Amino acid sequence: MKVPMTEYLEIDLDRELWQCRVCAHVLGSARKPYKEGLLVYARDPREIHKPILDPSYEFTFAPDPNWVQIVEYYCPECATMMEVEYLPPGHPPLNDMDFDIDALKRQWSTRDPVDLTRIAGPEPAGVDYRAHSHGGRARTYTNTGVR
Amino acid sequence: MNKMEKSALADNEKVLIEKFLADNVLFLGPDPEIMLDHDIAPRSELEEAGMKLEVDPAVQALIRDRLQAGTNEGYEMLEQMGAAPGAKWGDLITGVFTASGDLAVSSAGGVLIFSALVHHPIKFINKFWTTEPTVGIRPGDAFIHNDARYGNIHNTDQSLMLPIFYNGKMVAWAGATVHEGENGAIEPGGMPSAAESVYEEGLKMSPFKVVENYELKKDLVTFLQNSVREPKLQFEDMKVKLFACRRIEERVLAAIEEFGLDPVIVSMRAGLENCKAEVRRRVSEWPDGAVRTMCIADSTLRENVLVKICLEARKEGDQLICDFRGSSPEFANRCNNTVLASLKGMLAQLFLTFVWPDLPRNQAVFAPIQVITDPKSTLNSSYSTPNAESMMTFFPAFTMLQLAVAKFTYSCPKKYSKLIAPWHNMIRTFIYGGITQHNEMVGNLCADLNGMGGGARADRDGEHAIAPIFAAMADSGEQELNEEEVPFIQIVSKKLMRDNQAFGKYRGGQGYEMIASSLGSPLWGFMTCCIGSKVSSVPGLFGGYGAPAYPLCKVKGVDVFDVMKTDPRKFEFSIVDIMNKRPFEGATYTTHHFGMQFEIAKRGELFMITQGSGGGYGDVLERDPDLVISDLEAKLISHETAREIYHIVYNKDTFLLDRDGTEKARTAERESRKNRGVPFKEFIRKWTTPEPPAELPFYGCWGDDRSVIYTGPYGGMPRRKMNAEALESVYMPNPRDVRIAQLEQRISELEHGGKAAGDLV
Ligand SMILES: [Zn+2]
Repeated sequence: MKVPMTEYLEIDLDRELWQCRVCAHVLGSARKPYKEGLLVYARDPREIHKPILDPSYEFTFAPDPNWVQIVEYYCPECATMMEVEYLPPGHPPLNDMDFDIDALKRQWSTRDPVDLTRIAGPEPAGVDYRAHSHGGRARTYTNTGVR
Repeated sequence: MNKMEKSALADNEKVLIEKFLADNVLFLGPDPEIMLDHDIAPRSELEEAGMKLEVDPAVQALIRDRLQAGTNEGYEMLEQMGAAPGAKWGDLITGVFTASGDLAVSSAGGVLIFSALVHHPIKFINKFWTTEPTVGIRPGDAFIHNDARYGNIHNTDQSLMLPIFYNGKMVAWAGATVHEGENGAIEPGGMPSAAESVYEEGLKMSPFKVVENYELKKDLVTFLQNSVREPKLQFEDMKVKLFACRRIEERVLAAIEEFGLDPVIVSMRAGLENCKAEVRRRVSEWPDGAVRTMCIADSTLRENVLVKICLEARKEGDQLICDFRGSSPEFANRCNNTVLASLKGMLAQLFLTFVWPDLPRNQAVFAPIQVITDPKSTLNSSYSTPNAESMMTFFPAFTMLQLAVAKFTYSCPKKYSKLIAPWHNMIRTFIYGGITQHNEMVGNLCADLNGMGGGARADRDGEHAIAPIFAAMADSGEQELNEEEVPFIQIVSKKLMRDNQAFGKYRGGQGYEMIASSLGSPLWGFMTCCIGSKVSSVPGLFGGYGAPAYPLCKVKGVDVFDVMKTDPRKFEFSIVDIMNKRPFEGATYTTHHFGMQFEIAKRGELFMITQGSGGGYGDVLERDPDLVISDLEAKLISHETAREIYHIVYNKDTFLLDRDGTEKARTAERESRKNRGVPFKEFIRKWTTPEPPAELPFYGCWGDDRSVIYTGPYGGMPRRKMNAEALESVYMPNPRDVRIAQLEQRISELEHGGKAAGDLV
């Protein structure tokens, strides 16, 4: 069985592998950090959060590149950006998801596969976004988990 | 004397000595036994007896609804009658507590963290004042409290607690808490970031009796009024809280009359116990393992430094442990530290509001969850350390847990709320103080803080300026109403700034701009208190970007009200246009970090800020191009962002999307990613350093090793390394001295042909 662990990552329980949910590329052992199977790029945060104010000001809405860099992780096959970390320069990336694979197997041995249509969670009680006219286009692009 | 006699005598002596010591405690400070425990109290005799009876669960639910309705009524009263701006816009809460002090039911609206912390002062009152002959707890009494060290988030919030008696027996407590604002601190408004010691933080009320026979004691009220800048507010809101508590008391007693005492006791107790069991069950649905998160709180509010907040959340079976060890040490003379109990209250709020909003709003929701911190860290600060701005560390800590919970729960077959990226986490608003147009001294804050941008959801964008992280329902206030009471206006308000958002497949909800200027006051000033001007305080989720950084902008040396009279076309209605076009000749335009201590605002000078964005969700290249176009149309993003971040191709004039062109542009960007990305191991070799860069003023552990804590260098204080188990408080130099040293160095450089004379900074 494959268990989706994030928007872009799943664990193949039988083979104990991290896998890309977009292209099914195998990233490595589920008992090791998934990041080890990804491409990494650290960038100046001002490339993403551009200065909104004149850059001659000390503070501009852009983060300070000497204090923080944006570390991006891409699937080596489909180049989906699976994770983003904001780290001080030189700070080791975190082993952010370190799951107990044996426990995960036990947990899923009695479960049905995940219903991907419900993975985003329930709507707040009493809210019907589809009835909301100016929610407009968003409704045609809800995450069905089908790729 | 034989051995037995000797030992009996020794026992007698021991009892005597213990009694003597108990009777002669020099000072009843915060009780560690109470403050370190966030679990529900053991069953009382009354509860033990009641729980043996069979009370129909339907009746229990009915009673709970009655109590809920009572607290909601109290909430409405407070909101309608309270004088504090915080009260008017929902920064308050009411609750019913068990006789032991556990929060059993809280009002449906309001700030849960307040009530999640009132159990500490009630437990203090129960423990120390019940048997204290000079105090005692009798029908008609009520107690007041605000000191966070006895249980609260910071001392701008005041609680009133009223014991409820039935047939001469105390059976419950009613409580009401309001963000009052003014509290007589070194700065007006109740959240003094200039406070360098707890004695500059204003009123420090340990729990004491302020009401007898349902009447406020005039002498004590006068003392409190005399200690704050808003005596009218202090009195009025004490009265209102008393009435709200009395209404709740009335409702609890009516429930007892109708259903009997035991069923009411059982309803409260079983509600807590069942809730605790249900939380364990829900946690057990998560995958076992560890999720690690970290962020940088980039300011103490006096200076920019890197304050690390890190979390390892470990889950095994039905246990969840939030381990914050490795986070920054406490700052001895800064107010951004949090008492451990306050941190726990904030974390409880995450589960009550965001993760399991369907659970009853009681204290047991957090009871099974453990929190570990290093003593004397900024998340577990000591008694003598200021905490008036505890939000500057416990909000980021909340965000780290919010991020971790999303990573734990993605795979869970059943979710109880929408999966979301982190909410915006800073109170981007103005605190103010001075003399009003009605010639009154005030000090308080604008409710715009309640409009934090929502995090992007797993299937939808975040909501703009929607709600604060500490309350599901609150209001951001009516500017016109404020202007009747205080002498400043928001010349620009409720306007969204282009590109002020966290990008992603789904983007974060944005916040709005505020341009404030004082008008018609002999003495007026503002404060702001947020981190995140150099490093984003809110990350994204699953490949989504975080929020941008947020500056404070000022325009001085101008009276814009004169400009509006003489040359109104000069006035620009956005922060960006004012700052970038500099339309007023002779004025100074400056930007600053968001920690502004109380500063005089002359008529017509501009203080400009914007609320913040929630985090983004997912890869920007997966964003529906139609959504990018609609954000362009709504002026939420610039053309630059559409092209360079989202990589869509469209006609700039007509906004007509070129779908094929977009697909090609995105494919090209994916190829660029593959070209610039390097394999993880290679990246680590080049990127990772064994210690924080030498010049970075860094506070906390570096990487996985949480046993070594770095501090500095800052303002002439060198880099230090501490053992995490023996942390020492960090003393920060006076920012003015740091500035003088910088200027002296600059003078020296100029005088000696560019060579630095000192290495102070
Ligand atoms: Zn892939």
